[in-house]
Amino acid sequence: MSKIVLSHIDKYYGENHVLRDINLTIEDGDFMTLLGPSGCGKTTTLRVVSGLEKPQKGTMTIDDRPAIDADKAFYEAPAKRGLNLVFQSYALWPHMTVFQNVAFGLKIKKMKKAEIEETVMRALKTMRIEEYRDRYPNELSGGQQQRVAIARAIASSPKLLLLDEPLSNLDARLRIDMRAELKRLHKETGTTIIYVTHDQVEALTMSTKIALFKEGEISQIDTPLGLYTNPIDLQAADFIGNPRINFINARGFYNGDTLTVKSEFGTYVYPHNTVKTDEEIPENEEFDCILGLRPEMVDIYTEDPHHKNTVEARIYANQPAGSETLVTLTVGSTEFLAIQVGLVEYDMNQKVYIVLHPGRMNVYNKKTGRLIKYAKAKHKAGIDD
Amino acid sequence: MAKNRWKRPPMTKERLKNQIQNVIGNPFNVIVLITLLMLFIFIVIPLLTMVLNTFTVTRGSAEMARRVDPGVMPGDYSIWAWKFLFGSENFVSTGNMGLRGTQIYTNLLEPLFHSLTIGFFVTVISVPLGALMAWLLVRTDIPCKGLLSALILVPYMIPSWCKALSWLSVFRTPKYGGYYGLLTGLGIPVPEWLAYGPIAIILVMVLHYYAFSFIMVSGALRSINSELEEMGEIQGASKAQILKSITLPLVLPSILSATIMTISKSIGTYGVAARLGNTIQYFVMATKMKYFLESQQTAAVGYIFSMLMIALAAGTILINQKLIGTRKSYATIGGKGTRSNLIPLGSSKWPMLILLTVFIILAMFMPLFFLVMESFQIVPGKGYHLDNLSLYAWIGSLENAPNEQFNQSGLFRNVEFFRSLWNTVKLSILGSLITAVFGQFFGYITTRGRGKWYGNAVEQLIFIPYLMPGVAFAAIYYSLASNYIPSLVGSFMLILIVSVVKHFPFASRSGSSNMMQISVELEEAATINGAGFWRRILSIVIPLAKGGFLSGFLLSFISIAKELDLIAILMTNSENYTLSFLSFNYSKEAMPQVADAICIIIIAFILITNRIADRFGGNVSKSM
Repeated sequence: MSKIVLSHIDKYYGENHVLRDINLTIEDGDFMTLLGPSGCGKTTTLRVVSGLEKPQKGTMTIDDRPAIDADKAFYEAPAKRGLNLVFQSYALWPHMTVFQNVAFGLKIKKMKKAEIEETVMRALKTMRIEEYRDRYPNELSGGQQQRVAIARAIASSPKLLLLDEPLSNLDARLRIDMRAELKRLHKETGTTIIYVTHDQVEALTMSTKIALFKEGEISQIDTPLGLYTNPIDLQAADFIGNPRINFINARGFYNGDTLTVKSEFGTYVYPHNTVKTDEEIPENEEFDCILGLRPEMVDIYTEDPHHKNTVEARIYANQPAGSETLVTLTVGSTEFLAIQVGLVEYDMNQKVYIVLHPGRMNVYNKKTGRLIKYAKAKHKAGIDD
Repeated sequence: MAKNRWKRPPMTKERLKNQIQNVIGNPFNVIVLITLLMLFIFIVIPLLTMVLNTFTVTRGSAEMARRVDPGVMPGDYSIWAWKFLFGSENFVSTGNMGLRGTQIYTNLLEPLFHSLTIGFFVTVISVPLGALMAWLLVRTDIPCKGLLSALILVPYMIPSWCKALSWLSVFRTPKYGGYYGLLTGLGIPVPEWLAYGPIAIILVMVLHYYAFSFIMVSGALRSINSELEEMGEIQGASKAQILKSITLPLVLPSILSATIMTISKSIGTYGVAARLGNTIQYFVMATKMKYFLESQQTAAVGYIFSMLMIALAAGTILINQKLIGTRKSYATIGGKGTRSNLIPLGSSKWPMLILLTVFIILAMFMPLFFLVMESFQIVPGKGYHLDNLSLYAWIGSLENAPNEQFNQSGLFRNVEFFRSLWNTVKLSILGSLITAVFGQFFGYITTRGRGKWYGNAVEQLIFIPYLMPGVAFAAIYYSLASNYIPSLVGSFMLILIVSVVKHFPFASRSGSSNMMQISVELEEAATINGAGFWRRILSIVIPLAKGGFLSGFLLSFISIAKELDLIAILMTNSENYTLSFLSFNYSKEAMPQVADAICIIIIAFILITNRIADRFGGNVSKSM
């Protein structure tokens, strides 16, 4: 049971304003990922939650109990917040064995010896490292150290588990294994998790919710699917997704009801219920806008499929990569990337037909860089969208 | 990130209460507070007191003061000491000797000029010598490298005043030394200008202070990525061109630092200058200061000397920091390629090998040999045939002394020796233990408080003793004790305090390099798990800091055990003599053999402790 509410958190280092008015609610059982490029404040937020950093402004409650009230200079001690933290560097104590590392916190809690033994072994078993109990950290591989760090954090059964880029020091293969491991851990223990990463794949695959950070502010909080389908601004759209989203220049016209977007792909008319009306949209005049087109939303045919959204295109370049093929295409002067499953071969300058899904595209106001039309997620989109 | 300051929220009762609790409830803050207070008491206050004492008339100096400033009474404030030194009548020449006939010349300018001459020549000889040896041993394929590298720093471990005693054992002339030296004993006349005075002092110091440039330059050379030099080779540069335009510029900052260190140290050295200069009235700043301090009447003038020496030393070090500061850290250490390819010396291999060998013989084997041999002689300078050799200086008893000039029993029958040995052991153990413990705390505070006001304040305060030559530093405490706490004068306590505080800069540096290796996250992980400050220190910091603590302890142990300059002016009570001072004292009397024997014991002691420290990752180059 743990619900964390951060409100109006501000943190300064000297004159550096590193966290700006952070508001974030983490519901009980959430796997909340703080995502963003390095230096955007996500680790600082995590450290504020842990109690290792004291913000100058704002409040935080854990299950409605105050943990931070900056105006009253009240900061609850980290150990009293019922949480534990896995550091990016693991921070295993090199002079203690695996067992001693995990038992340290329990000893401080004055747990009985037999109980410590049992609790530690349970944690080691959960992380499948019980055979290493008497080794020292430097006798373990990176992946094993990682497991010890997590075992140490979960041994005290924290209500809230904080993970600071825990996978960044592992090689690519181990990272995928540990992702699965962490996801399983979340399901099994039901612990609320706050997870910091700059890797969008980690964020998308593991989280129940993602908070996207930008220069000390939270720019968007959403589910992984929501974030992927409708990034709130051009930067977010550019950051999320691999390969990157295509930005297509277009001209928009909004009459207060429908939004019409003209590009080299053709003219699309979007109904009022898909328009994000709380954003700045010029009315009854043409304006520059940008279409967001995910590479996987482009279907390529060598014969005309006679679909209403078919456009003729030419192959610019072709990069087969085994399980998928990256295809660069041009329509008029517009160049964009598409991705196809499996190995596909095209000739350079070959003429192809592409089918697009206007309903699944995002529209951004070029001037503000903000999302003005929602896209539909694939599984919710109709055949014509 | 935007730069706008955070506005402090209004102070409420609850906020105040919580803030006080946050500060007091954290033992770290309390420790920082105590540390700052302690540094203030032991460094800032003594310094200010000494400045004040140059303006104070004491009972001892009243008579002297009245000659300059009529009518002053003890306890009055007066600028008499300054007038005594700088008064206008001091600039009037007697006779027709020009500047040389003035008071200011004999009192101040001559010793200053002597100090600067010595500083200049020691630096000019020892810096290039040390740098060359560093280059040879680090970057070239010189033969016997392992052995040479092992031996090259041994001379530095022999205290400089021991080398001065050894010098005397060879060059002593009967006119001043009482005994013959080795050479006069062999019938070879030794000119006085060689035996005593500037040349002797400079040569002995060169055999000691080469180590600064050797240590600093070899450190810099080791950090240079050999790819940088190889790149020059690919571009077609010759060996000499590479040395001149790549290697040399990269080590230049370290050479400059070594230069400044050498100047500042050689100007401040007391023991060597006293031993080789005082006999012929050749005074330098340090010995002249001691001369003034010895008399109650002129102590205040001695304090002014101390201030001048501090200004001189601090000035050079601060200039160095200004000059080098920005250029100090070339990022020359790369991830790869740090394994350097050695430069083949070719035909100059053998001359260079001979140079190094001769240096090691001169700086290490000869001084040791002459000390050992003289300690066995019945009459110094009378040669090494068997009937002039005995173990008297070590184990003889006075009633059957073979030489009627002997006024002491041999070392191991000598009460004074055992007392001094005990004092030395007591001082070294207590001193280095206290120093090392404080050093770790200082290191902890400065690394954890890096960039915060208190971290900077501690760092700045601790740096102050480093700026002062040992004698001048001791003078500060002497002035404080003799004017305000007379019971401390000559006491073991005062010697201990001075030894500890003077070693703070080194101890804190070793402490912070130790603490730097303990990542903050290790402590934070413990905090999260519920460990408080003391628990963290006990379970995490201390176990991890053990090795570094031990090597820091052993290195300050060595340094305190061999220290002479620092404590010489505090030795007013023979009850508290240490081995170094006892040896220094004996060498002035008719018993150079016993002085030599004590030297040998100290050297053996240093070499052994150093070996142990080496085991724990300590290194003599860290104790500079």
